[in-house]
Amino acid sequence: MISSLPLLPPFLPLLIGALAAIFLRGHLRSAVMLLTPIWGALQLAALEPGLYWAFEFLGYQLEPVRVDKLSLMFGYLFHLAAFIAVVYALHLKDTVQHVSGLSYAASAVGAVFAGDLLTLFVCWELLALTSVFLIWARRTDRAYSAGMRYIVIKVLSGVLLLAGAIIVINETGSAKFSDIGLGHEGLLNVGAWLIFVAFGIKCAFPFAHTWLTDSYPEATPTGTIFLASFTTKVAVYALARGFAGTELLVWIGVTMACFPIFYAVIENDLRRVLAYSMINQIGFMVVGVGIGTSLALNGAVAHAFNDVIFKGLLMMTMGAVLHMTGKINGSELGGLYKTMPKTTILCIVGAASISAFPLFSGFVSKSMIMSAAIEQGYDYVWLALLFAAAGVFHHAGIKIPYFAFFAHDSGIRTTEPPKNMLIAMTIAATLCVVIGTFPAQTVYALLPWQVSYQPYDLTHILTQLQLLFFSALAFVWLNKQSMYPPELPSTNLDSDWLYRKLAPGFLVPLYYSIIESMARVESMAKSGIKRLIDSSYDEAKEQPKGYFAQLWPTETMVFWVALLLAGILLLYYI
Amino acid sequence: MSKEQNKSDFFDKKENVDKIIKVFYVVCALLVVADFIVHRHIYHDWENIPAFYAIYGFIGCVVLVLIAKLMRKALMREEDYYDK
Repeated sequence: MISSLPLLPPFLPLLIGALAAIFLRGHLRSAVMLLTPIWGALQLAALEPGLYWAFEFLGYQLEPVRVDKLSLMFGYLFHLAAFIAVVYALHLKDTVQHVSGLSYAASAVGAVFAGDLLTLFVCWELLALTSVFLIWARRTDRAYSAGMRYIVIKVLSGVLLLAGAIIVINETGSAKFSDIGLGHEGLLNVGAWLIFVAFGIKCAFPFAHTWLTDSYPEATPTGTIFLASFTTKVAVYALARGFAGTELLVWIGVTMACFPIFYAVIENDLRRVLAYSMINQIGFMVVGVGIGTSLALNGAVAHAFNDVIFKGLLMMTMGAVLHMTGKINGSELGGLYKTMPKTTILCIVGAASISAFPLFSGFVSKSMIMSAAIEQGYDYVWLALLFAAAGVFHHAGIKIPYFAFFAHDSGIRTTEPPKNMLIAMTIAATLCVVIGTFPAQTVYALLPWQVSYQPYDLTHILTQLQLLFFSALAFVWLNKQSMYPPELPSTNLDSDWLYRKLAPGFLVPLYYSIIESMARVESMAKSGIKRLIDSSYDEAKEQPKGYFAQLWPTETMVFWVALLLAGILLLYYI
Repeated sequence: MSKEQNKSDFFDKKENVDKIIKVFYVVCALLVVADFIVHRHIYHDWENIPAFYAIYGFIGCVVLVLIAKLMRKALMREEDYYDK
């Protein structure tokens, strides 16, 4: 059956699904949207590694579709994520969200199969343009302005990528997207750095991360599932392809793994807690890419694979809470386990997976990165990652389920979310357990690099359980001592303060003060001229003060003629 | 609100919660005991410290929360801070 399908570019089935969603309605639309990710995944299975549809453009070889194990792994992942997100969004009638969700997934697939920098750039921009509608679809003022900030930062990343790509293509003579690396000579180095920064913005590097924590929690409950799946994972893929083994990434990654957990502990909006936790998980992947050994790279992409599923699951459970109660702040929730028991259990599965409990998916991929770090002698990095791993359990593993479903009873009585949402969450939860229990048959089978790794041994299980249980003990103890920070309605300042408060607070007054001072100069000039006129005219006598102004014009003319003649006379004698 | 929804649930009863927490303490204790029975592989010198992971996890999380609480003093603003 697979071979009888005509060979299509990998992104095309999802794009066709998006186009179909514009015109179709009702069950037919649902059916087409469900089938396109499956059709796309079958297409991938039929593709042999290699280059497809390569052509020449302005003297450069463009490779719009390059198939290898790395791109295939992300390709399968994105189809799976699109399928789950579509199931989760089936109850919606909002065409905007359906169309933008599927076309966003198609751009992500296009990006990971792009064999050259120009195709990558086009997909990079399409990712931004298609996804922003998932934020605006919330149709609130906050979502509108968050979406604006999101698209500005994304376009900036795209412009940097284009500038870097042009320099690199010009310097190397090839448009191929393969290992770029840092530390070149001259202009080529500028190009490489521009591309690095462009990837870094989408990857939510520290200080460039606020677009994520700002916009994802403002998107629709269903839109966030799409958003959490694609953009940052495309960036991780791009780093793994272009900058594997760049040591700087280890340090960036370890920062990303550590600082967001502090914010996550004090954040009130539970979807924003998950957004911070997402940066923390990407930090692990970035460390893996930076270490650059086969084990570390495998760990990075395996963790990206698992993260899409378990972070998607957690986002879905919080989306379900938001959808059913209209609330998402920890301070307003609590006690929902009474009316949403299934969602509670699914959330706990997601929490166990992100915390890397044995038999859950996070365990089999996070441990690869940790092992690689210690193997390569990154002692302090390993220690920091261990701290981050304990912190994840603390905020994502305990805080999310605890404040939403347990804690004090908020008095909210609701029901389970729509069936399609429950089914989507169940699929993701099942995958978390299956991948965690049978890694060799699932995620390890897709890994691009050759390496044998066994996550399950006694040492590993024991040490991980000790770490997690004693992190939980810290939570229990702090709660009993009433030292745990309560959930408070608040905004926590992050680096977006620079462009949301400081810049407007500084540039806007500057603009007005310039306008004001220009007006002052103008009025001063006017009054100066007026004073000059005043001083030359006698109001009382109603005549000018100057001597010549009091004469008849003929008299003045005679004077000037006499003066001229005298001048000519003088010149005559010289 | 129906009567059924108002009935006190499993976690509303203090004795149930206390029971769960007791089981949890026992598991924690067993994990520390296991550390002395099981021969762990040592990949790094620090791991030679008995119950290294348990101590690190506990202290790490307490420090995390205490620093986060301090951060609130500097970083916390009212909810509509950016909307004004």
